[in-house]
Amino acid sequence: MKIDKTLDCIGLFCPMPVVKTKLELEKMKQGEVLEIVSDDSGFEKDLPAWCNLSDEEFLEIKKEGNIIKGYVKKKQ
Amino acid sequence: MTEQKDKMTIILFSGEMDKAIAAFTLATTAAASNMDVTIFFTFWGLNVLKKFRFAVSSSQNILQKMFNFMSTSELPISKLNMFGLGSWMMKKLMKKSKMASLDDLMKLAKELNVKYIACTTSCGVMGLTKENFTDDVTEFAGASTYLAEAKDSKINLFI
Repeated sequence: MKIDKTLDCIGLFCPMPVVKTKLELEKMKQGEVLEIVSDDSGFEKDLPAWCNLSDEEFLEIKKEGNIIKGYVKKKQ
Repeated sequence: MTEQKDKMTIILFSGEMDKAIAAFTLATTAAASNMDVTIFFTFWGLNVLKKFRFAVSSSQNILQKMFNFMSTSELPISKLNMFGLGSWMMKKLMKKSKMASLDDLMKLAKELNVKYIACTTSCGVMGLTKENFTDDVTEFAGASTYLAEAKDSKINLFI
């Protein structure tokens, strides 16, 4: 998977990772992939839910210890 | 795009920091999820929007002055406030754990175009005018305006 940008959300709590994801995606182009790195355990469930609400393409979640990496493809 | 965006409204009746944080957490998340968000500030909730700590002005009567002297933009927390000590400790704790503060969330809310309506009835009772509030207030209006927004919103909350 080609990653176009990485967003560091370590140490941030809800709603910041999701809000930052939104603001970051706004700056990106259609079809680009954003990687979001978070240590908020709720992010694992929140990211796919947010993608569903916002009509962005959720790709996957990877867990490395307590670090959660989420991948979203910009749809529009 | 002609597709109608989903909507959410929140009535913020409470003037406590913890409750305001809950309201703004949901407001910013919804606004970041492609929804139009309106917050209707009424009664104690108006304290969140006050420009200065004491919204006392010469046009107010003595009771209004007393209220605005005691009920300020320095928000307490809803439990264990202990005359402001609890609120101070909570802010410190939140900063330490890097949780977003109410100020951070309110800045984000503006960035995400969350609409603020201030209740004119509450303003009238408390003797508050536009000058007492931050420029963030989009509209001064009453219950009908709120209900018109709420009627076609999927999510309506009272906090």
